[in-house]
Amino acid sequence: MAASTVLLGDNQAGRARSGYTTARRRNFLGDLLGISPTLALYGAFIVIPTGLALVLSFMNWDVIAPMRWAGFSNWSRFFSDPVAHHSLLVTFELAGFSWLAQTPLAMALGIFIAGRQRYRAVYAAIYLVPLLLSTVGLSLMWEDLLFPQFGGLAWLGLHFHMNFLNQNWLGSPSLALLTIVVIIAWQFVPFHTLIFQAGRRAIPAALYDAATVDGANVRQTFWHVTLPQLRYSIVTSSTLVLVGSLTYFDIIYILTLGGPGDTTRVLAMDMYNTGFVETEFGYASVIATVLGVLGILLAVALVRLTGFGSMEGGQEGIW
Amino acid sequence: MVAAAPATRRQRQRVRSAALSGVKGRSKFFGAITFVLGTIWLVIVLGPIYYMILASFRNSNQYMTANAWLPTGGLTFSSYTSMFHGSGIGTLLRNSAELAVGTIVLVTVLSLGTAYRIVRRGSRYAAVSFRLILFGIAVPIQAIVIPLFFVTNKIHTYDKLYGLVLVAAASLIPVAVLLTVNYVRLIPRELYDAMAVDGAGQWATFVRLVVPMARPVLAVVSIYAGLGAWNNFLLPFILTQSNNDMVLPLGMYRFATNSEYGINVPVVMAFVFFTMVPILLLYIILRRQFVKGIGGFALR
Repeated sequence: MAASTVLLGDNQAGRARSGYTTARRRNFLGDLLGISPTLALYGAFIVIPTGLALVLSFMNWDVIAPMRWAGFSNWSRFFSDPVAHHSLLVTFELAGFSWLAQTPLAMALGIFIAGRQRYRAVYAAIYLVPLLLSTVGLSLMWEDLLFPQFGGLAWLGLHFHMNFLNQNWLGSPSLALLTIVVIIAWQFVPFHTLIFQAGRRAIPAALYDAATVDGANVRQTFWHVTLPQLRYSIVTSSTLVLVGSLTYFDIIYILTLGGPGDTTRVLAMDMYNTGFVETEFGYASVIATVLGVLGILLAVALVRLTGFGSMEGGQEGIW
Repeated sequence: MVAAAPATRRQRQRVRSAALSGVKGRSKFFGAITFVLGTIWLVIVLGPIYYMILASFRNSNQYMTANAWLPTGGLTFSSYTSMFHGSGIGTLLRNSAELAVGTIVLVTVLSLGTAYRIVRRGSRYAAVSFRLILFGIAVPIQAIVIPLFFVTNKIHTYDKLYGLVLVAAASLIPVAVLLTVNYVRLIPRELYDAMAVDGAGQWATFVRLVVPMARPVLAVVSIYAGLGAWNNFLLPFILTQSNNDMVLPLGMYRFATNSEYGINVPVVMAFVFFTMVPILLLYIILRRQFVKGIGGFALR
């Protein structure tokens, strides 16, 4: 508050007269100029649409005819719609499998690249490459790699007599969801690895000194030092895996369109089909609202569990 | 907790290296296992990418017949030539570059100005705004695409590149502001005091102190925003329609699904790899900034 210290003399006089200080008024004006454009953009395209999603869920709208009030009909339809319920189930399956696939693996790899060895820095740099690819690009890449008969995996199966590799990975009802889980993991494990790497590096060396002096072996050190110290990383990463898979759309749309059948029709896919294909935007908004509420609840849980709210307090972070 | 300080120098060294790798005693055995696991993941990461690159240097005949994993049976650039001719990639690249640059400029300028005001804690307006903006981190963009479609139609920014810039920037603002605020906070109070003593007003302080000091975080935010805009599929998919405004990810998708080349795997792979190269080059040059930009708010 440099300015206010300098202006203190005037301020007191000003405060006495109007209850407002010049410095404060100037600060408010500065805030108004500095923050308002951001708030306008953010308000128009994030805040208002968030509220609007809820409003639209009480409407019937097909883009062409004028919007009409629908009351609770869309919502009651959601509660008795087997397709939506199935989508909800598939979404939870995707989230659960994704968690199982991503979090333990990312933790192991994160601890691995937290080591200061030079070769591990090289590994860490390469691990990140999937995050540079666009989702469309990596989906097309995997589609061709997994293609039955002609893809790279099928080729290995045919030439090395490993017939189990020659499958209709994305076209078979029993495999499609798991294949999607693997592709999503390939894309996002590197991101979670970063979280665990930072978490592992933040553990004070003194704790390991103490464990060593106490005669702890590798496993004991992991269970009693590393794992408890990584609890915030675990919560952060798990939450982001769950929120991410709740809302997952791109890879599924590109690779399976929710099929075969409706085996990969997750909630976001269901919303897209209901809205943009069947043009029932009111009912689609119900699904969107459910998605949004689930996501926001998980994020709030994350803030509560990790004290993420402290991100408003000053701390060094990774800098 | 520490019973006694390790006596000899050697002991101390051992303790220190154990602390770093989390290992004591049979550290060689453990090290070997982690090395093997780490290397397996390396192969899993690189395998599909290698497959894509190899496939892109073949024509469709070679792709069907040659060894899928070894560069035998002749390599060719013909798929790249077909891709350049048949994909309209020039327009796509230009549109994506405009989208990325527009988004980067908008996001960095807005979040730096906002962060400066939030950190200086001028008024309640700043504090309340910050809370509201942080809330945006929790809002999944998939949940608001229908209202976004509605809003952009109402204000006539649907199917316009600048309309896409506005929405993309808005969706990236929350994390960008958080990153910037956390960095601008680190500017020592003494420097602000020195500026005030020199008679600099708020605007001069911003331009002469905050902007130069914040350069590192601006690089990180630029990468976060640029990558987000360049690779995003959902927003252009929902909010644009015409070929004139088509960006790369959408064009790539349409190319692979709708065009005559869609069934030609090497041409599609050439397309994917070609669009990956600029990002890969930037990554090699700016690795540290990429790590922070990709990690976003999750790395604290």
